[in-house]
Order: sequence, then structure tokens, then C-alpha cells
Amino acid sequence: MAQDATTKWTPPEHTGLAKESAFQRLRRRAPWWLLPLTVVTVLSAFIVYGMWTAFFGGKVYSAPYLSPFYSPQIWWNGPVTPALWVLPFPLLFRATCYYYRKAYYRSFFWDPPACAVGEARKKPYKGETRFPLFLSNLHRYAMYLAVIVLIFLWIDAVAAFDLNGHFYFGLGTAIMVINCIFLSAYTFGCHSVRHLVGGCVDCYSRVRGGAKRYEGWKFITRLNEHHAMWAWLSLFSVVATDVYIRLVMTGIIIDPHF
Amino acid sequence: MTDAAEATTDIRHTQDGRTGRTVHFSVFRGVPGANASYVTYDVPEVEGMVVLDAIHYIQKNLDMDLACRWNCKAAKCGSCSAEVNGHPVLMCKTRVDDLPEGTITVAPMKTFPLVKDLVTDVSRNYKVNASITPFTPRKDEPTPWNIKQHDIERLYEFRKCIECFLCMDVCHILRNHDLHEEYYGPRYFVRMAGLEMHPMDDADRTEEIRTEGGIGFCNITKCCTDVCPEHIHITDNAIIPMKERVADRHWDPIRRMFTKKKESAKPGTAAE
Repeated sequence: MAQDATTKWTPPEHTGLAKESAFQRLRRRAPWWLLPLTVVTVLSAFIVYGMWTAFFGGKVYSAPYLSPFYSPQIWWNGPVTPALWVLPFPLLFRATCYYYRKAYYRSFFWDPPACAVGEARKKPYKGETRFPLFLSNLHRYAMYLAVIVLIFLWIDAVAAFDLNGHFYFGLGTAIMVINCIFLSAYTFGCHSVRHLVGGCVDCYSRVRGGAKRYEGWKFITRLNEHHAMWAWLSLFSVVATDVYIRLVMTGIIIDPHF
Repeated sequence: MTDAAEATTDIRHTQDGRTGRTVHFSVFRGVPGANASYVTYDVPEVEGMVVLDAIHYIQKNLDMDLACRWNCKAAKCGSCSAEVNGHPVLMCKTRVDDLPEGTITVAPMKTFPLVKDLVTDVSRNYKVNASITPFTPRKDEPTPWNIKQHDIERLYEFRKCIECFLCMDVCHILRNHDLHEEYYGPRYFVRMAGLEMHPMDDADRTEEIRTEGGIGFCNITKCCTDVCPEHIHITDNAIIPMKERVADRHWDPIRRMFTKKKESAKPGTAAE
């Protein structure tokens, strides 16, 4: 139909196109190197902080708070910091996590640094078929270990409600609980858990508890859709919890509490 | 300002939909074995114009020799895959006004052999497809099949694939490392996931996925998911679940222990 010159004209909608959020648009238009650079900076900072904690960080405990880097308490009075016995398990879990694999393959190894850009690699590409990268398949073992560590962190968070037999609720308690929630969402939203709960089933109607496993799979899928977000939030919350308890322990800040 | 004057100032377009802006397109031209080059064309922009519209304008008005594969112009046939400003996209789904100002570059998919201009030879994909163990229905299953909704729901997503092969184009294992013989590629892990998770399928493709499929080459960079015009979660819902099935068999001691018990409990079945 011919457009009447006096009629208010409305541009057509972007039919057939998924609506982009402002963040997606920014991400699409941002230079390709911005994301790798950000990931390298943040992950490197975490690695440096983790190493410092493990080797030189002392023992971070201020009743009733125990830093997540030191839980469970193993060989508390041993020759090295107790964090050294604990850190390898969550680190292995994160290093083999499918989300972090994407992040560090792109950002640290530049394999590739971004989609549809060239690579600097000269050696033949073997991916995860050869040592050492085929060790990423250890993710299943790492997940079992990370769940054990998480149980201890929840025990610590619950114990932080009790100080000398009296109910205690401080800012540190809230931080520890939030940290456990983020870590739980990250750990139980993991691709391996999703697979074990229901992803490995071909026909839910033919296995015992199939309907429940399907519901469980759907719930974990919802968590898993935001796995990257939980991965980063839990990384920050672990560091934030450790820093907070460290500051309380050294008396730099006083824990507000009920 | 009167209503009439306001309405007049809102009209930014001529009656044929032209916006008055001229867009510069740099289009790849060439055939294998000859000198290829980028040729620049000036195309008048039309409201809502997609890159495929511009290519059609060039074919009709400026260069009738330009080769381009297309069919539905509705993002459903998967024919017009190309690289616009270096990004693998469907030309029919890429609006010109969504692209940054400046010359728009249009090139064929890099991963596949060139036929002419924007057309590539994707026949290798069909050979891979033919080599996959096909759907193998369970024996002794009464017909018609009665399939519950929750048993089949996961597969709908895989069925959305339009075989545009953008995921294969962007996959760095094929694009940069040329491992076409060792690695099936994202599209075919989607197909294999659809077959493996099918409640009526009886075949076991786990070893095929690991060996011929070369799933270990995938390092989860998710570029395939990023470019999929059907928004299929290729990595999370197809490739990683298939990697997990391989892990079940080769990397999980606890699960393996239970599987052994279960298998040895079945009469006439040897434990692994």
C-alpha cells in the first residue's frame, strides 16, 4: 500500500531477529580482545591471591568465622599453611570446569582468542586428546571432591551462627552464607552434575525415578544456563569472604553483629 | 508544532523505502586458482535492508556475474551463510543498519572450499552425515510408538538445525587447523546428540563420538553456539553431554563400578 505523505510513519520492527539486550549489543560491538583481556586480568589476580594465601597467608580464623580457603581444617599446626591442603581440590574443579576451559583456552592460550579470528599457534593442534589437556576429563573426579569441600563450607557457615554457645549473626555470617549459596549454585549447576542427575538418561519413562530425575535435570539446567555467572560470583565471593575475615581477624574492621 | 508538521518531519524515507544513505559493500570476487579480490559496490540503503538484499541489488544493477547461494530469505533454509565484517552470519538475517558505519565486507565461508565468489562447496558435510550410525529403532518395540513428552523434549532443540554450517565455519578446529578428517564438527555432534538421546534409539555411538568423531579436539570455546542463527545451545546441550557420555565410560571410577555391577547382574552379559 502506498504510504500517505501525511500519515505518521512507523519503522517496521526487526522481524525475525532475537531482541538484543544492551549488554549483548555492547559485547557484539566491543573489540574482540576486550573479553580475553578482562578474563586474563581477573583470573590472574585470583591465582596470585590464591597462591599468596596458600603459601604466605597464615591462618585466617576469627571466631566464629573460618575463611573458605582453610576449610576443612587439615593439619592446622603443620609445617605449611592449612590452605595448601584444601586449595588443590576447588582449584582442580575450576581448572577442569567446562566454563573456565572456554575462558582460559580463549584468553590465556589464544586457542582461539575470539571467534573467527586467526591463531598464533604453530604446533599441530591436539585439543583435549593429548597430555596435558586431556586431564580436563578429570572434571568428574574434581566435582566429587568439590562437593565434599562444599559440605564443610556449609558446616562452617552454620557454625558461624554460634559463638560460645550463644546465637550470633554478624555481617561475616551473612557473607559466609552468601558465599555458600553462590558456591552451591556453581557446583550443582555444573555440567557433570547435570549429566549424572538426568542428562545420561535416554528414556526417563524406563528408569527408576525417571520423572524425578527429569525434574532434577530441568532444575539443574536452569542453574547451568547461568553457569558462567555463578562461576564468577562464587570466585569473587570466596575472595571477599577471605578478605573480610582477614580484616576482622587483624582488627582493621569490627564485625557488626546482633 | 502542529500535528501535520510533526507527522511530516517524522517521514524520513522516500516512498520506495530508501533512506537516502549509500552503503559501501566490499564483496569477495574470485574462483579457485585465479586472482581473487574484493570489489567495492555502492548500494542505496532501504529501510530494513539486510545484507542479502544488497547482494541482490548488486546482482540486478551492478554486477550480474556475482555468485551467491540463497533460497528462502527467511533464515530457514540455511543457504546464504557468509562472513559479514568477518563474522559468520546468515546474510538474510543481518540488517545493514545493525552494522557499524563504514564499508561492509562480505566474504564466503572460510572453512569450506571456494566454488565462486560467495559460494562454497559444503559437500564434505554430507559425507560426514552419511558416515554416522543412523537411527536404530529398538527391536521388539510395539507400534505405534508411545513416547512421553518428557522423553522427547530435549530433542526439539536439535531438530531446529537448518544446516547453515555457520557452526562448522566458525569452529577453529576446522577453520584454522583443518582437521576435517579427524573431527566431525559441531553440526554433527548436534545430530549425534539427537540420536543418542532419542528414547527409541538402540545404537551406542559413544566410541564413534570419541574416535571417528574426535570429540576430544573440541576445547569448548563456544563459538559454534555464538553464531547459531537458531540459537541452539550446541556446546552446552550437545557437545558437553556427549563428552560426559565419553567420561562415563572412560573417566568415572564410581559410575564405572556401578555399571559393572549392573552389567554383571544381567544374565548372559559380560562385565567390562
